[in-house]
Amino acid sequence: MDLSPSAHLDRVYREHHGRIVATVIRVLGGDFLQAEEVVQEAFADALVQWPREGPPREPKAWLMRAARNKAVDRLRRGERLDARVDALEVAAQVEQDAAASPDERGWSDTADDTLRLLFTCCHPALSSEAQVALALRTLCGLTTEEIARAFLVPSATLGQRLVRAQRKIRDARIPYIIPDEEMLAERTLGVLHTLYLVFSEGYAATEGPELLRVDLCAEALRLGRLGRELMPRDAEVASLLALMLLHHARRHARVAPDGGLVLLDRQDRSRWDRAELNEGLAQLDVALALGARGPYALQAAIAALHAQAPSAQETDWEQIVALYGRLCVIAPGPVVELNRAAAVAMARGPAQGLALVDDLEASGRLEGYHLLPAARADLLRRLERWKEAATAYQRALALVRTQPERRFLEERLREVLDASREP
Amino acid sequence: MKYLLMIYENEKGWMELPPAEAGQLLAEYGAFTASLKKSGNFIAGHGLQPTATATTVSIRDGKRLTTDGPFAETREQLGGFYLVDAKNIDEAVAIASRIPGARAGRIEVRPVAEFDNTPD
Repeated sequence: MDLSPSAHLDRVYREHHGRIVATVIRVLGGDFLQAEEVVQEAFADALVQWPREGPPREPKAWLMRAARNKAVDRLRRGERLDARVDALEVAAQVEQDAAASPDERGWSDTADDTLRLLFTCCHPALSSEAQVALALRTLCGLTTEEIARAFLVPSATLGQRLVRAQRKIRDARIPYIIPDEEMLAERTLGVLHTLYLVFSEGYAATEGPELLRVDLCAEALRLGRLGRELMPRDAEVASLLALMLLHHARRHARVAPDGGLVLLDRQDRSRWDRAELNEGLAQLDVALALGARGPYALQAAIAALHAQAPSAQETDWEQIVALYGRLCVIAPGPVVELNRAAAVAMARGPAQGLALVDDLEASGRLEGYHLLPAARADLLRRLERWKEAATAYQRALALVRTQPERRFLEERLREVLDASREP
Repeated sequence: MKYLLMIYENEKGWMELPPAEAGQLLAEYGAFTASLKKSGNFIAGHGLQPTATATTVSIRDGKRLTTDGPFAETREQLGGFYLVDAKNIDEAVAIASRIPGARAGRIEVRPVAEFDNTPD
């Protein structure tokens, strides 16, 4: 397929922005703000030169060279003597790289730069909102406007958040490094948590003018794949990628033609993305072979059981109950308990599930969370306790925020109200 | 780069500590400070007397106003500090996490602002 020059450059931009900015940040001694300017300038040059002279054979190498040269120019022009001395060294390195063949041209170096960028964006000294915004901006090459729309915040707010984070990296001296062995596992979990936040936000938000919103799930997958490539021996990274793939594969079946939400038990499983499910299952195998035992692996294993079941009824619910049980131990929390209760209801009947949900409600730990009354309502409905089910649906409706979920609950409320009126 | 590590904790906790435990904690602080000096990170560090001893001063309309106590009542109070030299935030945080007070209270890590005209 022939692409117009600007469409071609757009694709190159999205594909390579992360790696190029990652290297330029290192060249500039960790200066995110300047690095971004330099990379924008390089792409602006490409926009002028490529249509005129034809696109280069190796677009990424071209852009990398252009951006590095600009970065070195900036360092040379810099006022500080020490920076100018560093610049000479960097310049020598850049020239050496340019002289090397494409294969030798420090692939491992740019990979390490990308990993440095990933760890710096997800540094625990930055707020999680800032981590998410920085990762999407630098690694995924999204614009400030795109990220702002994705999170439904004003563009100015997001811009400020980014600038504040970039300044903190500079002023508090957040190092541009891959953490050493001692901290690596802990910091990797921080990175994964940030990716998971991006994915969850994309997965939960089926609201808003979708055409204007970037697909955050796809961006999280892109970052997950990048993480896999950069940290091939890490079991948790593979687990998270598996988890995201196995959920993302169900996306088309999750939304009804009218935009409403379709729960797992009513989904048309032929609409699941088989290729993605298989990729997810393969990633889970890799994760388990690497010794994965963490929360992402457990959740991925649960999703894998769903992926392999021909229908909700023919799902191995007892094994899912067991997996949630282990999740309750290693990553305890009321939402996990609620999920376990729902699985118990499927495995052993709604009455047993309801008892667990009632305990949870009595504990008050999920106050204000719409899925608690929604789960309760569903179990009461299955027990044909229509009036109580209706009350619970009404409580869930008072708490729900997204439009598709609201529509789903309203529909179920009508069903149970109709049933309660029948003699 | 210099970082100020501020130790915030509930000062009542300190005052209610049995003497033996207080002695042990002080010994821990002593060992920690010695290790910082040995590693070359130490610039300064002190524990502070309780907020009951604090006096707050301000100048308004050219007049000095002196009042008793800290400017705000909070659950955790500044109980002491270290000024350290660290190569980056990771090293500063690693040092802060070794402060005995991090276990009961929390440590705020702030980079020191370097101005061009700051005398060294």
